Amino acid sequence: MTTAVLFDNVSRHFGAVRAVDGVNLEIAEGEFFAMLGPSGSGKTTCLRLMAGFEQPTGGHIEIFGETAEGVPPYRRSVNTVFQDYALFPHLSILDNVAYGLMVKGVGREERRKAAEDALAMVKLPGYGTRRPGQLSGGQRQRVALARALVNKPKVLLLDEPLGALDLKLREQMQEELKSLQKSLGITFVFVTHDQGEALSMADRIAVFNDGRIQQLGRPEDVYKQPKTRFVADFVGSSNVLPQKLCQRLGLTAPFASLRPEAIAIAQPVDGALSLSGTVAAHSFLGAVNRVVVDVDGARVAVASPAALAVPALGSPVTISFAAHELHPMEDA
Amino acid sequence: MRSDRLNRTPMGLKIAAGVGLAFLHLPILLIFLYAFTTEEKSYQFPPPGLTTQWFAVAWNRPDVWAALTLSVKVASIATAVALVLGTLCAAAVSQTRFFGRETISLLVILPIALPGIITGIALRSAFSMADIPFSFWTIVLGHATFCIVVVYNNAVARFRRISGSLIEASMDLGADGFQTFRYIILPNIGTALLAGGMLAFALSFDEVIVTTFTAGQQSTLPIWMLEELIRPRQRPVTNVVAMVVVLVTFLPILGAYYLTRDGDQIAGAGK
Amino acid sequence: MTAFAEPLVVAERRGPAGRLSDFFWKHPHLLLMIMLAPPLIWLGVVYLGSLFALLLQSFFSIDDFSGLINYEFTLSTYRQLLSETNLDIILRTVLMAATVTLASAVIAFPIAYYAARYAQGKWKVLFYLGVMLPLWSSYLVKIYAWKLILAKEGILTWFFEKLHLMWLLDAWLALPVVGGNSLSVSYTGTFIVFVYVWLPFMILPIQAALERVQGNLIEASSDLGGTPAQTFRYVLFPLALPGIVAGSIFTFSLTLGDYIIPQIVGSSRLFIGQAVYAQQGTAGNIPLAAAFTVVPIVIMGAYLFMAKRMGAFDAL
Repeated sequence: MTTAVLFDNVSRHFGAVRAVDGVNLEIAEGEFFAMLGPSGSGKTTCLRLMAGFEQPTGGHIEIFGETAEGVPPYRRSVNTVFQDYALFPHLSILDNVAYGLMVKGVGREERRKAAEDALAMVKLPGYGTRRPGQLSGGQRQRVALARALVNKPKVLLLDEPLGALDLKLREQMQEELKSLQKSLGITFVFVTHDQGEALSMADRIAVFNDGRIQQLGRPEDVYKQPKTRFVADFVGSSNVLPQKLCQRLGLTAPFASLRPEAIAIAQPVDGALSLSGTVAAHSFLGAVNRVVVDVDGARVAVASPAALAVPALGSPVTISFAAHELHPMEDA
Repeated sequence: MRSDRLNRTPMGLKIAAGVGLAFLHLPILLIFLYAFTTEEKSYQFPPPGLTTQWFAVAWNRPDVWAALTLSVKVASIATAVALVLGTLCAAAVSQTRFFGRETISLLVILPIALPGIITGIALRSAFSMADIPFSFWTIVLGHATFCIVVVYNNAVARFRRISGSLIEASMDLGADGFQTFRYIILPNIGTALLAGGMLAFALSFDEVIVTTFTAGQQSTLPIWMLEELIRPRQRPVTNVVAMVVVLVTFLPILGAYYLTRDGDQIAGAGK
Repeated sequence: MTAFAEPLVVAERRGPAGRLSDFFWKHPHLLLMIMLAPPLIWLGVVYLGSLFALLLQSFFSIDDFSGLINYEFTLSTYRQLLSETNLDIILRTVLMAATVTLASAVIAFPIAYYAARYAQGKWKVLFYLGVMLPLWSSYLVKIYAWKLILAKEGILTWFFEKLHLMWLLDAWLALPVVGGNSLSVSYTGTFIVFVYVWLPFMILPIQAALERVQGNLIEASSDLGGTPAQTFRYVLFPLALPGIVAGSIFTFSLTLGDYIIPQIVGSSRLFIGQAVYAQQGTAGNIPLAAAFTVVPIVIMGAYLFMAKRMGAFDAL
């Protein structure tokens, strides 16, 4: 398999601020790759390093085997869908989409045809004569996508592409992006702070914090087996068991993660592990009840199916879970 | 703000605002009346009679035409220079963060922040020290110096509205620096530059204080008017010229307003 | 769409322009310097250089016999500046600038307040242009208009006669200091023309400051029991103050340096601007003229320093 993007110990420091600090990653051709993290974690800077808007202060970047340092953005066949879409306000939609072909010197008729095809691909046929100001947020997003894809980039970068859309539109666009990526076969790299979006769309996820990659892997692995406490907190809502509970459960690691939906309020069966405590709080979340159990001062959240009865506040309960659901973590 | 419309405007405020505006406009309107007076020797009011003969007299005065031509030439070249320098400065200040931006803004504003007589006398003594004879070009140099700020203010306001990601988007799509300037930056700042240029023209066309120090024997239209104000020769001609000057300067102001009305204001403080 | 048309690095096929663009992309600071060099050479070297040269001359003196400049460092020109006649000129100018500023603020406030808070839509545009047009229309024509108005045979006299109020005008003109032969040769006339010509410079910053005041602050004040006068005194005025100070920078500075208005409408006693003009022109005493220009620079420097501390620059 060809490597689309390679980061070898890449850093980008702004004075004393280490926006990106020693990142290694390898993105395969045709992959849908997500960079997930809170704001300021370095994920957007990594994207800008791929696009060429930033230059690394250390390390080495390759795109399809070619050195990327010192190559200006306009010489890279990498295109970006910007967070604010960045549609040119003074150009029509068609001219926006055809812009990349125009500056490359493609003939007028040819680029008009290509732009119209691209607009049809994002389900906006016939919108070419309008202006960006006349479109809704979702439509602008599609135009931005068409404007990037019409150049047939080797890598498409998406910076929080769905961030400005409302929930329903977001879910619809997630599906469309995914199927578009599969049918085009282009490598997609997208940045998001929404863990649900990353989990549902990406082939692989890199979780960023403080300019470093905390964990890189398939969505199921990142979700089920967070390697660090940060990942456990940020991806989903894992319980982080403190050292004294780990010791009681026979682990040597300082921390361990345990997902709420892996826990049952029941006596252990078949060699499952168990802890006992009292019910500290509960709330109704639709499909499940969230029950917080106080185990010797540590609060453990349990997702209990809504069909089951909720124990009263303050009542003593036993919680149990399979041993393989408990994942030891490296650091705090 | 909105709920104010429900309240009634206080009567006193309405009157004070109205009287204030009238105070600003009536003297200018009076100029229009005097352009038609038959009285030649004094500023008598009400005019004893009305006539249009002075327009013909003014039309046939070579000194008026010479002054007008010089003013237009000076204003055109000063505006062109100010457009180039003001735009370069605005682009540098708004596209990049660098040490000393504040200083540059202050430097650009200084020629109009200081009283015109200081700018004028400073340039005059510099010219004489450098043995530069007064000419058309010394007038242009003085005018361009204080016109830069008008272009700069308008351009900076517009540059601020072009989001940085537009330029990045253009580069990302394969346009190099020159193409980005040609296809993205220029169309977006075009109207602001046009507005700034019109205001610079109006400013230069009207300037008198710096000009008295940087002009030699030549008279721009304002210098001609100043001469007439101090030593009146033919008052009715002055009246006609004054009216024409008012009309001529209104056009660029209105034009600049319509070009910049969505969003940024005319940099009025730039006079 | 599976066939990729291009390699990663697009060859430099755009010729010299493309290569130049690459070069500037790699050296952004060089591009910045190239962009800044022409305006900085013009303003920083030509303009600032002239200013410093002028200020330097104030430390030279003029030789009383030959009338030539004596290029030796001396403070004698400043001693000359502080003579009684010259101090008189400075004091007169500063007093005039202060009264003009005060009057402009009083007249400008209602216009700015109305435009900022009551005018809507079409009226807002009308108010805006109503201030912009007089601001930008010819300075000399404006002065000329007042020469017509204030002349003995002009409209103002006619107006007072029609109202049978000539005794009032005559009484005013008979007053010491502010009076004179006619309005056009009195301090009153000079004062009116100054206020008229600089008024728009006061209105715009006040309007800008008032537009930033949220309407509900006024309502909050009256809701808490403030009378309109109290609301003005404790809420509106303090919030508009940066705008007033910003406007006063213009009215004050412009009055300090002007020499044309007092020359055309006013008495024969000099203002700073006229003194500078006379010293550099007919008297040929460039050092003294330079020393005179230091006065408004120092006054405005102190004024700007105070204004900056009051936050007036945000309202500019």
